Amino acid sequence: MAEPLRAAAARAGWALRSWWLITGMWVRSTMAYRTSFALSLAANTLVTFLDFAVLLLMFAHTRQLAGWTLAETAFLYGTSSFALGTANVLVGSVGGLGERVRSGSLDTMLIRPAPALAQLAAERFSLRRLGRLLQAVAVLGWSLTALDVHWTWDRVLMVPVLLLCGTVIFCALFVGCSCVQFWWGDAAELQNAVTYGGATVLQYPPTVFARELVAGTVFGVPLAFVNWLPALHVLGRTDPLGLPAAFRFASPLAAALCVLAAGLAWRTGLRAYRSTGS
Amino acid sequence: MRGGVYLSVARGAFRRYSTYRAATVAGTVTNTVFGVILASTMLALWRARPGLGGYDAAQAVTYIWISQGLLVTVAVWGGGFQDDLQARFRSGDIAVDLYRPVDFQGWWLATDLGRAGYQLLTRGALPMLAGAALFDLTLPADPLVWAEFLLAVVLAVLVSFGLRFLATLTGFWLHESEGVRAVMTVVSMFFSGMLLPLALFPGLLGELARVLPFSAMVQLPADVLLRRRTGTGLLSLYGFQLAWGAALLAFGRAGQALAVRRVVVQGG
Repeated sequence: MAEPLRAAAARAGWALRSWWLITGMWVRSTMAYRTSFALSLAANTLVTFLDFAVLLLMFAHTRQLAGWTLAETAFLYGTSSFALGTANVLVGSVGGLGERVRSGSLDTMLIRPAPALAQLAAERFSLRRLGRLLQAVAVLGWSLTALDVHWTWDRVLMVPVLLLCGTVIFCALFVGCSCVQFWWGDAAELQNAVTYGGATVLQYPPTVFARELVAGTVFGVPLAFVNWLPALHVLGRTDPLGLPAAFRFASPLAAALCVLAAGLAWRTGLRAYRSTGS
Repeated sequence: MRGGVYLSVARGAFRRYSTYRAATVAGTVTNTVFGVILASTMLALWRARPGLGGYDAAQAVTYIWISQGLLVTVAVWGGGFQDDLQARFRSGDIAVDLYRPVDFQGWWLATDLGRAGYQLLTRGALPMLAGAALFDLTLPADPLVWAEFLLAVVLAVLVSFGLRFLATLTGFWLHESEGVRAVMTVVSMFFSGMLLPLALFPGLLGELARVLPFSAMVQLPADVLLRRRTGTGLLSLYGFQLAWGAALLAFGRAGQALAVRRVVVQGG
């Protein structure tokens, strides 16, 4: 029992180390063009701030959006953006899979002595992705001070758990959705619909959307476990779908299932991969 | 003869984009998904504040679907010829472009118009149809209004091209125009009316947004289709778009002349 466990741990360690080394290489190459890097980082922070600016503009015209206040909406925004931002930093590059499948350059990654998924996740790593994360932390920090919540220990504990599970779910979505490109080479944008589209849905109160869409984010793509369901507990709100209270605490389970599904999709895709030849 | 060259360049670009079928389907789905999300948020806002900005709820939702249809067509997010040109800066192929017996700016404008035409038909029209199936939209029945809208879209592409061409020209100096492009994306997303109708921007911000060229890209074509500008108002709208388009193209031309003198060719 201990032997395969140790082997799995060693493999995971090696994957992390590969990710770290390749990332470092890309960071050094980004730094070759410093002006461009500084502008990109600033622009990235700003561009992610824009959708929050839209929220602010909306709340300039109304005190409540579908029954939620600005502070509550900012909490949803901050947690959703944090989870997406961290996942984007860690594995955001997997979207480039289709290009590698089309050109056949995935072969180069497969013969290198490092896990292909770790290489792909670190490829073209760009530090400007930290921009979204910086902005998410700022919005989340503000919302936590502005929220009118009775902070009990379970609510306090819920926040870091929510951020961790949310990040894991988004990482799994990035990897899982990118696997479509093993079969459908230039459909990278489908992944954006799920990841960026999903994060945008979660930035708004669930009461904004039609019930079918909300139900789809619970039972279809398990996005609601990123922040909507745990946030209901933190903010002490009732569930528009009327689900059992246990769902609010089920994020770790949802995250584990997502990772399992993404791993399965990756293995299946890799097995189906045939090089372009020549 | 000359015009014929540009026409075939544009046609070539149209056909080139039409070969990426999976990408078109994926992109159309993405635009539709975002359309549903944003239209829902608009409905929530208009439920709280009916008649906001002079739009009723159906018009506000229609605005969102128009803006989703224009996002890629008008390249609010950047891209199109910019990606090709950037690759040519890196490889040094840019030198070949400058030696071609056709006008550099005109060549790339023709490719961009061809690209925009393809994307208007796919990533513009298809999400709009989906939007009409899922939401109550107020679209005009009069084909003349659609023709007026089409003209506004062509002028919007012209303005957008002018801006992106200038951003790309910085590549002659910076070798890497990624940062400038990113800044341009922020500004044009915000000031084009892509995120929210400009009528919802408060005070000075709103006035600034209305005089900048970016409003020509999304807000003004949407105004035409929603019949917020008719008669002489429509003429002044076209005038605004044309004036910015001409000015930006002239700036681009001047920038190009400067850039060519100091071109450093990379690569072997």
